[in-house]
Amino acid sequence: VSTETLLIGLAGVLAAAAPIVCATLGETITERSGVINLSVNGTILLSAMGSFAVAVMTDSLWLGFLTGMVIGALVALVVAGFGISLRQSQVAVGFVLTLMCRDLAYFLGNPFMGLSGPRLPSLAIPWLEDLPVVGPLLFQQDALTYLSFILIFVTWAWIFRTRPGLSIISVGERPAAAYVRGLRVNRMRYLYTIIGGALVGLAGPAFSLSVKAGWKGTISGLDGYGWIALAITIFGGWNPIRAAFGAYLFVFLQWLGLALQPSLPGVPSQVLQVAPFPLMIMALLLVNIGNTEWVERTLAALPDSTRLFIARVLRSLRASPPASLGVPFEQE
Amino acid sequence: VKSSAITGLGLRVGAVLLALAFTTGVLLLASAPPFEAYRQIVIGSVGSVKKVTDVLVAWVPLALATSGLLITFAAGLWNIGIEGQITLGAIFTTGALRLTLGTDIPPAVGIGGAILAGILGGALWALLAGLLKTYGGVNEIFGGLGLNFVAVALNVWLIFGPWGRPGVASMSGTEPFPHSLALPALADLRLSPWAIVIAIAGFALVYFLLQGTYFGLRLKAVGKNPRAAFVLGIPTVRYVLLAFVLCGGLGGAAGAVQVTAVYHRLIPAISSGYGYLGLMVAMLVNYQPTWVPIVAFFFAALNIGSIQLPIVLKLDSSLAGVLQGALVLFVLGVEGVRQRRRPKLKAVE
Repeated sequence: VSTETLLIGLAGVLAAAAPIVCATLGETITERSGVINLSVNGTILLSAMGSFAVAVMTDSLWLGFLTGMVIGALVALVVAGFGISLRQSQVAVGFVLTLMCRDLAYFLGNPFMGLSGPRLPSLAIPWLEDLPVVGPLLFQQDALTYLSFILIFVTWAWIFRTRPGLSIISVGERPAAAYVRGLRVNRMRYLYTIIGGALVGLAGPAFSLSVKAGWKGTISGLDGYGWIALAITIFGGWNPIRAAFGAYLFVFLQWLGLALQPSLPGVPSQVLQVAPFPLMIMALLLVNIGNTEWVERTLAALPDSTRLFIARVLRSLRASPPASLGVPFEQE
Repeated sequence: VKSSAITGLGLRVGAVLLALAFTTGVLLLASAPPFEAYRQIVIGSVGSVKKVTDVLVAWVPLALATSGLLITFAAGLWNIGIEGQITLGAIFTTGALRLTLGTDIPPAVGIGGAILAGILGGALWALLAGLLKTYGGVNEIFGGLGLNFVAVALNVWLIFGPWGRPGVASMSGTEPFPHSLALPALADLRLSPWAIVIAIAGFALVYFLLQGTYFGLRLKAVGKNPRAAFVLGIPTVRYVLLAFVLCGGLGGAAGAVQVTAVYHRLIPAISSGYGYLGLMVAMLVNYQPTWVPIVAFFFAALNIGSIQLPIVLKLDSSLAGVLQGALVLFVLGVEGVRQRRRPKLKAVE
């Protein structure tokens, strides 16, 4: 494999990961505020279809992307309304929405199946694109991929480096304390659920107007990415940078599977296609197993040196969810 | 009490009307004639005896999956992995039936053994999700989902690989089993009374377990407050695993029926989404067994009836899913509004 093909492949990985990065960042923001939006998989399908349909009808990429974000925000608004105001199980509402949005996408998208539509053009950045290695890797992408790079750092900085952002964490961890300090807990949860939903919605057009341009109904190949994004949110420990790393790792492994397929004739393609899912389970196992009681008990019985080493490895991987994730907050 | 029961009923009717209004809006958005679409669904589901038996064919796996899910819900678990458990049930059943081919095992014994194998397959797949949860700390939703995708891949791989039809392995599934290895169906119909018996037995088992046994009571205690249940001496981990195994077993039975009574072979979409649909039915009946058979019949009817839509109106059959989702959503919403209006009553309950 020459350096050039490798660079092209890796640049492709960065571009292909953009929708997953957007969705994962959106879910990270939402969950940080204490709301779990389980509708991601359906939202992505519906916003992919909706934005493609609008882009085809208006011939405007802008309107397409806007539609995707609006759809994501609206679905998130439903999750927030049911979960926060009506105090229904957020998991239940999210699950129903994920199925319903998928069926809505297939139903309403029927007339748009297989149509050719606009596609986000590649947008090389002058001067920077000529840099060795980083040029072809980072600066010959399309606008959405650049946006995904920027979003990673913006969400990270917002959550961990700004005052209003830091209050997301307190709302998600200890809402009662945040409320006493004067934060309007439920209003903030609404806000971040909707913003997060808009980012999840951005993943739709990122697929249908860029990475996997077009709409092909059930064979669009988008079903499943939303669940992956939800798992990566956990793997990312609710930290935007670690989450983005998870998304890139996932797409990289997927690409590796495809790239290796010709040299592994004994392995059927179906096995490689789902390889991400056992990997997802393994990843979740790694970040969660340190939280279980039996591991702590087993560790306590080991000699000190081994115990400290294993404990350190587990701790570095460990991720604990926001303490009030999924728990409605009752303002007195 | 009586007036609140009537308001409850009124609110539910209101939820159904809202769901119909929403679906009608969706139909209008697609410039489709709503009344005609609903009429086709009704004709396609209960328009003839043949159609009703087709609905019952779909009712069997749906009722089995929903019954199983009531057990995991009672234990406070979201067993989203039910789809994979149905698939593994079908795979184990197919595997067992293949073993009897070319032997002189009586078909009745072969079919019975194959169905038991299917129950075992579903139970094992569920146990895996349960172990991931209890000993790995992996939330059952994500563990289950991952296992669903793995199950689908395993299934497709078997159909195209080791169990493929010689020379013509395709999406149409494995080589159909001989007629003698099928659960007997009614004359000229797809419905097997044996499948109905299995579904009723599964539902009755769950009803009895949850409503009439000490086990069910303790399971609910684990679901309501695992820590308190543990302190009171209930081995919570064992109960959680048992709930998974029971639910997986019923899901496996659904898969076994799909193979032995419906398709007579393994096909790629053998679980047909009945697991996810079962989760919706369980939500709609508020996780209580009594209404499961009726609501499951209604959902099955929507699924079967909507098959008419692409044929007659060139619409996608996923409209059934839209209506089902809207129903569950509006019932949840109405329930939320009701609880909100009477916060004090809720505290007493």
